[in-house]
Amino acid sequence: MPDSTTIAHGAHKAAENAHEEHPPYLRHHFESTYQQSDAAGFAMWIFLLTEVMFFGGLFTAYLIYRNWYYPAFVAGSHQLNIFWGTLNTLVLISSSFTMAMGVWCAETRRRRGLVLCLILTFILGLGFLGIKSIEYSEKIEKHHVPGFHYSLQSFIDPDSDSAAKAAGDKPLPLDMARHTEVYFSLYFAMTGMHALHMIIGIGILGFMIFRARAGAYTEGHVTFVENFGLYWHFVDIIWIFLFPLLYLISRHQ
Amino acid sequence: MSDTIVSLPDQSTARIPKMNYLTKENGILSWLLTGDHKRIAILYLISLSFFFFIGGALAGLIRLELLTPQADLMATDTYNKVFTMHGVIMVFFFLVPSVPATLGNFLIPMMIGAKDLALPKINLLSWYLYVAGGILAIYTMAAGGVDTGWTFTTPLSTHYVNTNVLTTGLAVFVAGFSSIFTGLNFIVTIHKMRCPGMTWFRLPLFVWAHYAASILMVLGTPVVAIAIVLVMLERTIGIGIFDPAKGGDPLLFQHLFWFYSHPAVYIMILPGMGVISETISTFSRKRVFGYTAVAFSSVAIAVFGFFVWAHHMFIMGISNYAVLVFSLLTMLVAVPSAIKIFNWTFTLYKGSITFETPMLYTFGFMGLFTIGGLTGVFLGASGTDIHLTETYFIVAHFHFVMVGGMLMAFLAGIHFWWPKMTGRMYPEKISQLAAVVTFIGFNFTFFPQFILGILGMPRRYAAYPAEFQVLNVFSTAGATILGVGYLLPVLYLTWSLKYGAIAGDNPWQATGLEWQTQSPPLTENFAQMPIMDHEAYDYEWLENKERKEKEVTSAG
Repeated sequence: MPDSTTIAHGAHKAAENAHEEHPPYLRHHFESTYQQSDAAGFAMWIFLLTEVMFFGGLFTAYLIYRNWYYPAFVAGSHQLNIFWGTLNTLVLISSSFTMAMGVWCAETRRRRGLVLCLILTFILGLGFLGIKSIEYSEKIEKHHVPGFHYSLQSFIDPDSDSAAKAAGDKPLPLDMARHTEVYFSLYFAMTGMHALHMIIGIGILGFMIFRARAGAYTEGHVTFVENFGLYWHFVDIIWIFLFPLLYLISRHQ
Repeated sequence: MSDTIVSLPDQSTARIPKMNYLTKENGILSWLLTGDHKRIAILYLISLSFFFFIGGALAGLIRLELLTPQADLMATDTYNKVFTMHGVIMVFFFLVPSVPATLGNFLIPMMIGAKDLALPKINLLSWYLYVAGGILAIYTMAAGGVDTGWTFTTPLSTHYVNTNVLTTGLAVFVAGFSSIFTGLNFIVTIHKMRCPGMTWFRLPLFVWAHYAASILMVLGTPVVAIAIVLVMLERTIGIGIFDPAKGGDPLLFQHLFWFYSHPAVYIMILPGMGVISETISTFSRKRVFGYTAVAFSSVAIAVFGFFVWAHHMFIMGISNYAVLVFSLLTMLVAVPSAIKIFNWTFTLYKGSITFETPMLYTFGFMGLFTIGGLTGVFLGASGTDIHLTETYFIVAHFHFVMVGGMLMAFLAGIHFWWPKMTGRMYPEKISQLAAVVTFIGFNFTFFPQFILGILGMPRRYAAYPAEFQVLNVFSTAGATILGVGYLLPVLYLTWSLKYGAIAGDNPWQATGLEWQTQSPPLTENFAQMPIMDHEAYDYEWLENKERKEKEVTSAG
C-alpha cells in the first residue's frame, strides 16, 4: 500500500518523466547526472586521501632517518643527477598542464583537442619514466642499489667519485657511510612507488585515448576525465615533494 | 503478558513477494557480476562465514594443544603457525569486514533511502579483492603457513623466519584494498545518496557508526599497506629500512603497523556498536537515549582511536614521556565507549523490553564488551601493562572485546535482519538457546584466561607449567561449548531459508526505512523514492502509520 506520509507522488512522477530524458551514461541508482558526477568526484578526493596516507608512511620514515643520519643523506643526495631530476620535474609539470588542458577540452566538447592533449600527456609520462630509468641505471652501475652488492666507495673515498668530488664531499666515517644505504632505500622506495603510480596512470591514459577518439568524453559526461586529471595532478604533486627532499638536500653549499 | 513484539502476517495466506532482489535474475553469473549491494552483501556473508569457520577450526586446535602442559598435539613451530593463521584469518578476513561488508553493505543504502551504494562496481571489486586475499591466505596455509604472529613483528618477519611471510603480506595487502574500497564507498554514499528529508541527525545510529568506521578504514589501511610493502621489500631485496644493521629501526615498523592496527580494532567494534543501537531501541520500544551523544561518540572513538597506537609498544623501548602521553590518551578513548554503554542502559530504563534472540545477543554484547573495555584500562595504565603484557590477560582482553563484543553484535545483527534479507524468520526457541549457549561457552573459555594472565602465563607458547592446567582445561571445555553455540545458527539459519515462517515487511515493528519496504526487498530497494519526514526511532510515527494503513484496509 503506498503511504502518503512516506512517498511524495509528485516527486515520483517527476522522476519518472525525467527517466525518459536520461542521458545514457546516467547509472540507474542516481537521481540526476549532477548527483552522479558529484559522488564520483567526492570518491576520487577520498581515494587521493588514502594515497596521501600511503605516501605519508614513507615520508614519516624519511623524516626520522633524515634527522638521524643527516650527513649520510647529504652525501647520498649528492650522488643524484640534478640535471635529470630538474628536467624530469619540468616534464612532469608540463604533463600536468597538458592534462589540465585535456580536462578543459572535454568540458568544452573539443574532441580533437582532448585526444591531442591526452596523447601529449601520455608521451610526457613515458618521457618521465625514460629519464627515471636513465637515473636508475646510473645507480645500478655505481652499486648504489641497497641490498645488491651495495658499495660504500663513493662515501668513504669521495675523491674516487666524480659526483662526490664535484660536490666537495668530505669522507664519511664508516658508521655514517653505511647509513647512506637507508637513504637509497628511501630513494628507491619513494621514487619506485611514484613510478608505479605513473605506470598505472599511463595505462589508464592509453585506454582513455581510444575512448576519447570515439567521442566518449565530449558528449557532456566528463567525470572520468576530470577524476583522472585529479589523479594525475596528485602524482605530480608527490614528485614536487620528492624532488627537493631527495635531490636538493644541502645544495646551497 | 505480551512477551514478544514479533507480528507475522497470516501464514496461510502470506507469500514471499515474487519480485525481489533474489529472484530478479538467475544463474551464477548474475551473482558474480552483480552490482546490487544486497547481493554483494550475501556473497560477503557466505565467504566470511567460510573464513570464520577456518579461523575457528584453528582456534580449536590451539585449545586442544593447550589441554595438556606439554607440547604434545603438535610440534611447537606448528603451534606458532596455527595461532598466526588463526590471528591473520580472524582479524583480516573476518573481523574487519564482518559487519560492514555484510550488514553495512546490505543496509546502509536502505537505511538512507537510496537505491544502491554510490559505487556499485567498486563494491563488487572489493569483494573480489577480499576473495583474492583469502585465496592467498589459504594458499599460505597449504604451502606451510607462517609463524610470525599476525603482527609481522620485525626483525623476526624480515630476517629470522623462513616461512611464507611474502604471500601472507600480499594477502593482507590485497584484503586491505578491499577494506579501503568498502569504507570509501560508505563515506561517499552517506554524504551524497541520502533521500529527501534524511538529514544527518535523522540517520540511524547504525549509519553513524559505519561512517566513523569508514573514516578509520580510509585513513588507516593505506599506512599498514606501505608498512607491509616495506617488509616485503626488506625480505626480497633487503632494502634495510627496518634493519638495525644498516641503520634502520624495527620500532618504525611497529609505529606504522599499529597506526593502522590499533584503529583497526575500532573498525571492528564500531559497526557492531551500530547494530546494538538498532536492536536495543527496537526491543525496548524506545528512541535511543541521547541520540546525538551516541552519534558523536562514534566519531570521537574514530578520532581518539588514531592517537593511542603506541600503547602496544610500552615495553618496546619507547621513551617514558611517550608512555605517559599514550597512556593518558588511551584512558580518553574509554570515555566515548562508556557514553555508548550508559546511553544504551538508559534506553532500557522504562522501556518495554522483550527477549528475542537479537536482544539476548545484545545483552551479551553489553556485558562482555564492558568487561573487555574495562580490562583495556588495566592495560592502558603503563604500570599494570608492564606486568600483564604478553600474557593471557591480553588474549582474554581482546577476545572479550572482539569475540564477546563484536561477534555477539554480528550475530545479533544477522538474526535481527535475517527476515529482511531472506523474507523468512529464524526459529525463535532454538536460536535463543544458541545465544545462551554462546554466552556461557564464551565466559567459560575466556574468563579463566584473565586469571591465567595475572598468574603470569605467557601467550604464544605451546607448553606451560603444570600448575596452570586446571584453568586451561576449563578454557578448552568452554571452547567446545562455544563451538556448539556457533554451529547452531549455521544449521537453523540454513533450515529457515526453506522452512522459516514468512516474515512480512516489518516483523519487529521497527522504525528504520529498511523495514518500510517488502522483505526480501526489490533490487531498487523501494518501489518509490522514500521521503524521511520523522526522526529516527520514532515509534509514534510508526503507530500512526500502521493505524492509517489498517483504516485503509478495513474501509476498502
